[in-house]
Parts: sequence; structure tokens; C-alpha cells
Amino acid sequence: MIPTIPRSRSFRLIYGTYVLLFFLYLVLPLAVVATFAFNNSQFPSLPWEGFTWNWFFGEERPQIGVFHERGILRAVGTSAFVALCVATLSVCVGTTNAFLFNRYEFRGKGLLYVLMLLPLVIPGIVLGISVLVFSSTLANGLWDLAQIDLQFLRPGLLLVILGQFSFITTIATLVISARLQKFDRTLEEAALNLGATQLVAVRTVTLPFLAPALIGAIVVAFLMSFENFNTTLMLVGSDAPLTIAMFDRLKEGSTPLLNAVSLLLMLGSSLLALGLILFQRGR
Amino acid sequence: MAPDLECVDLVKKFGDTTAVDNVSFSVPPGSFFSILGPSGCGKTTIMRMIAGFLDPTSGDIRIKGNSVLNTPPNKRPVNMVFQHLALFPMMTIAENIGYGLRRKKMPQAQIARKVDEALDRIGLPGIGRRKVNELSGGQKQRVAIARCMVLEPDVLLLDEPLGALDLKLREHMKVELKALQAAFDTTFVYITHDQSEALVMSDQIAVMNAGRFEQVGNGQDLYYRPDTPFVAGFIGDANRWTGRIERAEGKALQLRTSTGLAIRATATDALAEGDIAELFVRPEAIRLAGNSGDLGDFENRLQGTVTSILFNGAASRVLVQDEAGETLEVTLPQSGEFSSLQRGDRVHIGWGAAQASCFKGAA
Amino acid sequence: MRAQARIGFILLLMPLILWLGLLIIIPHIDMFLISIRERISFGVYETSLTHYQKALTEPLYLRTFWRTAVMSVLATVITLLIAFPVAYYIAKMARGRLQQVLFLLCLIPFYVSELVRTFGWMILLRETGIISHLLQWAGLADQPVEMLYNDAAMMVGLVYTSMLFMVVPLVTTLESLDDSVVEAGYDLGGTGLSVLREIIIPHAMPGIVSGCIVVFMLSLGNYLTPTMLGGKDSLWFTEMIYNQFIVRSNWELGAAFGFMLLVLSSVIVWGMLRLTGRTLQETLG
Repeated sequence: MIPTIPRSRSFRLIYGTYVLLFFLYLVLPLAVVATFAFNNSQFPSLPWEGFTWNWFFGEERPQIGVFHERGILRAVGTSAFVALCVATLSVCVGTTNAFLFNRYEFRGKGLLYVLMLLPLVIPGIVLGISVLVFSSTLANGLWDLAQIDLQFLRPGLLLVILGQFSFITTIATLVISARLQKFDRTLEEAALNLGATQLVAVRTVTLPFLAPALIGAIVVAFLMSFENFNTTLMLVGSDAPLTIAMFDRLKEGSTPLLNAVSLLLMLGSSLLALGLILFQRGR
Repeated sequence: MAPDLECVDLVKKFGDTTAVDNVSFSVPPGSFFSILGPSGCGKTTIMRMIAGFLDPTSGDIRIKGNSVLNTPPNKRPVNMVFQHLALFPMMTIAENIGYGLRRKKMPQAQIARKVDEALDRIGLPGIGRRKVNELSGGQKQRVAIARCMVLEPDVLLLDEPLGALDLKLREHMKVELKALQAAFDTTFVYITHDQSEALVMSDQIAVMNAGRFEQVGNGQDLYYRPDTPFVAGFIGDANRWTGRIERAEGKALQLRTSTGLAIRATATDALAEGDIAELFVRPEAIRLAGNSGDLGDFENRLQGTVTSILFNGAASRVLVQDEAGETLEVTLPQSGEFSSLQRGDRVHIGWGAAQASCFKGAA
Repeated sequence: MRAQARIGFILLLMPLILWLGLLIIIPHIDMFLISIRERISFGVYETSLTHYQKALTEPLYLRTFWRTAVMSVLATVITLLIAFPVAYYIAKMARGRLQQVLFLLCLIPFYVSELVRTFGWMILLRETGIISHLLQWAGLADQPVEMLYNDAAMMVGLVYTSMLFMVVPLVTTLESLDDSVVEAGYDLGGTGLSVLREIIIPHAMPGIVSGCIVVFMLSLGNYLTPTMLGGKDSLWFTEMIYNQFIVRSNWELGAAFGFMLLVLSSVIVWGMLRLTGRTLQETLG
């Protein structure tokens, strides 16, 4: 079943059609979402009432566009803030983890590695409630002990950041480890041989080598945080990130405003991903 | 008796490029046939057409007299030892060897017996339960052959199977492959770019270049009587000159090189006075001597200076520069008489006109 | 270990320990502790298994639990069956540019929020949706058809959401299969089916296992798709956890549910690894 094995025409035709249908299935929901962002109607569904940009730029009711809708804009800001924090934190910890597992042999390494992978096999919602439960245990304990009420231990942005960080770090670690494993240690030894100290050698030789993976990990972490729903749902306070804000609106019934937001999201993340691919290919 | 394998006017085009250009040959039963050529000459394409992984653009492939063009690869009575062997890593050795038999729906017990026989035959009894990656390179080689041979194919195709082995093992496997071929008494078609592999093992060798067969013959034919300049240059080493024919009397020629050296030679193509020609003289056909008297009745005799000694054991050479400035590679005999030869020494060299093959050159 | 290396080691170990300890291990232990305490009166608690008892005896809870497990397995199997031929096509049939483009196309849904994907299916499937309109237009239905809020719609959504996580590992392992191994299979008399069974699938096993584990986890832990696409009576276990925590504020029972979900996922992942003789490191790392 590779091109060099002769196959009947009908087999190839059926196989090709299947693959085509698959990609249609993949694209269809996204295409529909994108299309109805331009429907001049209160509902993102047929009949098609004509083309409009109102759901992006509209200033008056009932068609207030994305760029004039305060709630959505604030949610985007919140999401971006959270994603930035999560990406920075998880890439930092991911890098130290990668170096630890790549460079040191120690007792319990295997066990720690498995523990490091665990967040990937814990359902996001369970991660969310465990962080929620623990932080409120801490907060309650503090209150009982010293009558201090630490607001940041209650559901809110800090918990959202920590909850997302708890599993995105695993992904960052894997991305960076994969590249670090390909690193030729003799390059570092050459740097030492030429008079660099250990830290300088890492900074001038190893980290530049890791740069594509670091940037890749930042982008992936940012996107994953931006899109995260399950963990965030359990930890969110009054400032809702975009996915939660959209979810609340979707439950109330949708207008093409949501399509417009979705389309912008698609464009944004595709551009980010495309940029990443181009950047890594340039390397 | 019909030849085991016969290719008739085989052509394969990929778009505008012709990978195989009108090749015809036949391989008699039980012989070891090699296709030798540089990489990209089309030899792999021929092999893949025989195995059924490529369709020829035109021409015919016959096995035991029957065309197999419409037979899919899994039904052809030929099997192939792949370049990197393609042993199935997910199976044990016994499962690998029994794979084809299972496809023939042979009963389990019979398969087990056949597999054991095959393992005995290749001298590796009792390794059936091992995994592929537990074997050495040479062992894998033998298993790959056994995997095909249990199916008793009419023709076994081998696609540079020794390429991945190290030098010592390769030398050893050459002998062993030849012995296995004799033991199984099956027609082998072997492709390689390594002339020594082809020369040592084959009954017949086809030298291939740019999609065409340049010459088909046994090792001696190719080495002593090359038909084309390509064969003369490709098989063995040669000192090579381009020049103009000064005199031509039948096969006997005299050629003058651009630096003015006159060389007596033997014509391989039809050549006349004034023609541009290419001349090949093997380093081992040139005798090295201390004085001109030792060169006997060689038609070509020169005096020169040793500019470099390329010591390489039995294959040692010296570079000799004559008065006109031509540098010749000459085999250094290891019989002891030249053990004190040094750079800068004056030596005499000579070779017979029969050892200098002359071909029509590009005008 | 020399002193300097020792300091470096400790500095690198700290973030890992803090992260795993404070955000993964202790919170889960705490969750377990919460799940086994019973509130007697205000501020007074007692250790008991009453929440687990309740979870395992109440028919609604138990049914939802098993339903979630079975549906997740089903979603995993369907995803695998749909993804395998496509992954094979990308890895072995497509060449050069086409291969790259198809692979990137597979990644696109990943870059789009799950919410958007679910929203897309809602627009397609609901009563006033595209497909309903198409059916009416084609004369196959004479009134609006509601295709949302049932198990089939939910399954479509689950499979769609996880597809990428199956395709990518499959493509990666299938790409590493040498063409000549497949050719050897045919050369030795194999047919398409036997080559698939004896060579291609065994080779792809690592990809199949890691794809299945990830897809199963994602389905099991999914909240959005069952909530938005599933029917009123097709409750998902994550919805019950959410309800206990956020709606009813019964954290003890919610934690017990969470712990059950964790155990279920661990058992299934462990079982899959055991069955195929692989380790978690090989499969995910």
C-alpha cells in the first residue's frame, strides 16, 4: 500500500475520496463559523441575510461588533495576560527540568520523570478542582490560624494561572528536552576548552541551540493557555478569560458576534503558528 | 531451456529523463549475474522493474519464458534482498523466515521444519527465537537471504546488500554469498557499484552507465578486453590520455598526446590517422625497471623521475614523471627489488602496445 | 559530585519539586482527604467513606460513571479507525509538498479553541442549522430536523476534538516505517491485508497506544462537548463534578467524583500500557 505497489484504479479513487472527505470534516465546522461572522442577522444560521462587517466594527445595538464590545475586549485582555504569565513560567520551569533530566543522574530520576509526565494523564477538570481544593484549604487554614484572608487564594486569576501552569509545564519540558537531547555535548566541552566557564558555555552555546525549542514552547504554551477551558472553568473568579466569557454567552444563545470573535481567534492563532513554522524552518 | 530471466528492450522513463534505455539481457539458469554501475545509472530501476515495484515504459520481462508484466509483485516468482535488508523488526528471526510460507498457507508444522532447515543451511541453527536487532550485520544478511530462499524463487534479486557492512565483513560475505548461491543453486541477479564484489562473485557482469548496458561479459572480458572507454575507466584503474592518431596499420596504432608523448597502442574501435582517440593503460600493466635493458621488447619505453610513492601494501603505486611532464601511475611490485626506491630516483618504465587500449574519442 | 555541580543540581531540582509538590501531588492528596471526610456539623468533620458509598450506590451517579467510561472508549476506537487510513495516507502515500500541506491541515483544529470547534458543530447540527436546511432543500425532510443534543452529535464532537492527537503520533510512527519493509512484505507474497496485519500495524503500535491514551484522556475529561452537544439525559461525569463543586457547593462529593475519575483514567491508561508492554516514558516522552 505504498505508491510502488500497483493498486487498482478504483482502490486509489476510493482511498483518495476518503481522505478528501476527512479533510472536509476537519474544515467544515471552522468554515461555517467563519462564514456566519458576516451574516447580517441576529443568528449565526441560515437564512443568509446578506454580508456585513457589523459583527466586527458595528457600533450600535443590536449589532455591536467585536471591537466595540467591552466585555469581549476585556476578556481578551485577561486571556492574554494569563497566557503570557503561563507561557513565561512554564518555559522557565520546563527549561530547568529539561537540563535536570538531561544532565544529571540521580536516585529517583525515573520516578520523578514519571511524575513529571503525570499531568498529561490527569483530566483537566480534576487538575482544576485539586488546585481549587488545596488553595482553599490553605486559605481556610490561614484564616483559622491568624485571621488573615488571602484573597489571591480564592478562585481568580492567580489560581487560573497556576492551574494551567501545572500541566502546560509538562508540555514545555517535553518540547525543550527533545531538542536538548539532540545537542552535541562536545560543543559545550569545546567552549570550556576555549576558556568559557560552565555558565558562560551554557549561555553562549547551549541556549542559542535551544532557542527554536524555547520559542516553540512559548508559542505552544501561550496557545494552550489561551484556549484552555476545563481547568480554567473550575478556577475562574470574577475576571473571566475569553473562553469562559464566550461559553457564558453561548449558553444564553449565540449571535454572529461569537462567530466574529472565533474568526479572529482562528486568524490570530493560525498566524502565530504559521510564524512559528516559518521561523523554525529558517533555522 | 528458457533462460531464468530475460529482459527485452526494457525502457523506463521518468518524465523527460530516461532511466533505463533499451536494455536487453538474459540470465541462464543457476548463474550469478551482476549489474555493475555508478549510482544513478539505472541499475536499481531495472531491479525494481523485475521485482514489480515499477512498471516499464516499454519492453518485456520474462521469467522462465513467461512475461510477468501483468503479475503483481506478491505473485512474481522472484524475491528480493533489499539494500538495507528490510527484515521485519517486529518479528522474530523464525517469523521473518516463515513469513512467505505463511502467505502460502503452509501448515504450521511444515513451516517450522522449513525454517529450521533454512537456518541450518545458512549456518545459524537455533537462532529462530531471537529478535532482528540481536543479530550482527553478517547474520542479518544471511537471514535476509534465507527468508527469500525458503520460497524457492526462480530468481533472487540482491540490491547492494553488502553496502552497509564494514570492509572486513564485506570481503568475507563476498565469498559466502557465492557459496550460498552454489548451495541453493538458484539464479542470483546482483546489483552493485562495487566492482570487486561483481568481479569476485559473478559468472556474468553487465556494466551499466546512463541507462544503457556498456558491455556484458565475465570478469576477464571486462578487465582485459573492455569494449568502451567507460568500461576501461570504470573497471580497475588506468592511466588515461587523449590524443591524435599519428599512424594506423590495422589494429596497431601510434598516438601522440597533447604534451607530445608518442605511445604505441592497440585499436579497439575502428580508428584512422588523424582521429582523436582515448588511450587507457593500467598501472599494473606497466613494468618498472632500473635500466632500459630490463624492459625487453616492450613497444613503449620511457625514462622518468619518481615524484611520489603511494604505499598501500599489495596495491602500492609510484607516480613517475617523464621528461615531457606527464605523470604516470605505475604499480610497485612487492617482490623486494624496489624496496629502497625513493622520491627523486630515476627509473625506466615500459609497457606493451597490446596493454594500451585505444578508443574513439569525443571529437 | 563536585560542589559546584551539586549546587547546580539542587538549583535545577528546586523548580521541579516545587511544581510537582505544590501543584500536583499535595493538591491531589488534599483532594483525596476532602473526599473522605464527612461534615457532621458546622466546622466539625469526620473521616468516612460515605461519599464514595453514595457515588457507588446512587444509580444516576454510577450510570453516568460507566457511561462516560464506555463512551470515551468508543470515541477512542472510532477516532483510531477514522484516523489510521488518513495518517497512513499522509505518511506513506502522499509525497513532498502534498505531504507537508496535509499534515499542517491536520494541525489546524488544534490551533482553534475547543469552544470554537464545538460552536461550529452547533451551527451545523441544530434545528435551524445548515444540515437541517440542506436536508429540507434537498427534499429529504419536510420540517426542521434537530440533530443536536443526542449521543451521536456528542460523539461527532468528541471524535472531532481529539482527531489531531491520534493523527500526529500515527503519522510520526508510520513515517518511520521503511518503504522497503512494506515492499519486502509484498515481495515475499503478502497481500494488502496481511501486510497491514503483520507489518504495518505492529510497527505503528507505539503510535496507536500513545494516540489512544491521549484521546481517551481528552474524551474522559471533556466538559464542553458533552454539555453543548449532548442531550439532557446524556450526562457526562465531568458535568457531575462541576455541578457538585460550583452549583451545589458539595465539595466532598465532588472531590470523591474527581478521585473516581482519576482512578478510572489511571486504570485504563495502566491497562493499555500493560497490554502492549510499554512504559509511560516511552509513550508520552
